Amino acid sequence: MNVGVVVFPGSNCDHDCQHVFRDVLGQHVSMVWHKESSLDGLDAVILPGGFSYGDYLRTGAIARFSPVMQAVKRFAADGGLVLGICNGFQILLEAGLLPGAMLRNKSLHFICRETYVKVENAATPFTNACKPGQVLKIPIAHADGNYYTDPVTLAGLQANAQVIFRYCTADGAVTPGSCPNGSLDNIAGIRNAEGNVLGLMPHPERCAEAMMGNDDGRAIFLSMITSCERKQSVSVR
Amino acid sequence: MKAKIHVTLKQGILDPQGKAIEHALDSLGFKNASNVRVGKYMELDLTETDKAKAEVAVKSMCEKLLANTIIEEYRYELSA
Repeated sequence: MNVGVVVFPGSNCDHDCQHVFRDVLGQHVSMVWHKESSLDGLDAVILPGGFSYGDYLRTGAIARFSPVMQAVKRFAADGGLVLGICNGFQILLEAGLLPGAMLRNKSLHFICRETYVKVENAATPFTNACKPGQVLKIPIAHADGNYYTDPVTLAGLQANAQVIFRYCTADGAVTPGSCPNGSLDNIAGIRNAEGNVLGLMPHPERCAEAMMGNDDGRAIFLSMITSCERKQSVSVR
Repeated sequence: MKAKIHVTLKQGILDPQGKAIEHALDSLGFKNASNVRVGKYMELDLTETDKAKAEVAVKSMCEKLLANTIIEEYRYELSA
C-alpha cells in the first residue's frame, strides 16, 4: 500500500505514523508537505496528530486552509482512504469532511493516558481486522477531544453506524465514567457517510508493535492494508 | 473601518472555562455572579469604507474562519 502522511507545521506524530506503516508493517510511505497540491499514486492519506499552526484560533481551524487539504477533499471524494488521528480528526471536522466539532475537555485538562475503546462497527476499511464489540486499549493525548454535534446529526451518525469507536471500561461497558473528556455519546471516533474517512482521538500509532508493550492499535492499520489489497485485487480482475 | 469581533460558545453548550471562573469568583466571595461565558475578542482594520460592504466582508470572515458556527456564535461592531 502507498501511504501518504501529511505534514503540517506543528504536526508531531507524523514520524510515528511513518514508522508504523514503513518499519513495522512494510508499506511504502511518502511524507506529504502541507503545500503539496497532489496526492496522486496514494492509496491512503493520514492526517497525523500534533498541534498544527499552534492550535491558533481553534484546533485544526487554520490547517484546514492548507493547499493539501483541497487535495485531501478530492482524494476523499474519489473514495480514497483518509485517516485523521487526534489533531488530524480535529482538522477533518473543521474541513467539513466529518460532521461536528471539538470542545475543550470537560475537565479543562490536557489528558495523556491509556483509554479503552469499543469497536462499534467492524465492517469498515479501518476496523475489518477487529471483532464487533472488541475492546482496544489505545492512549489519548489531547485538550480538545470533547466531541459535540447537534442532536439531528448525532441521530444520523448513530442510525448509519458511523460511530466507530466509543470510550468504554476495560471490559467493554460504555459508561459516563469511562469517557475521559465529556465527549457526546462517549464518541472516540466516527466515519463519514460514505465510509472512507475516519477520525479518532486515540493514537493507534503509539501502540502498534509488541515492543511498545501494547499493539492494539495495529488492528486499525492492518485493516486499512487489507481493505486496500481487496480493492486492488478487484480492480485487477 | 475597524471591526471588533466577539466569538463565544453558543448558549446551551457547556463552557468549562466559564464554569471554572464562576467557581473561582464564588470562592472569592462574589456570590452575585453567574453564567460566566469565556470567548475570544478580535479586532481588525478593513480597507472598506462602505459600511454595508464591510458588514458583508466581516460576516463572511466569521462564517468561514473566525467562528465555528456548530459550537460558536459571533457578533461584531464596525466603526470608522
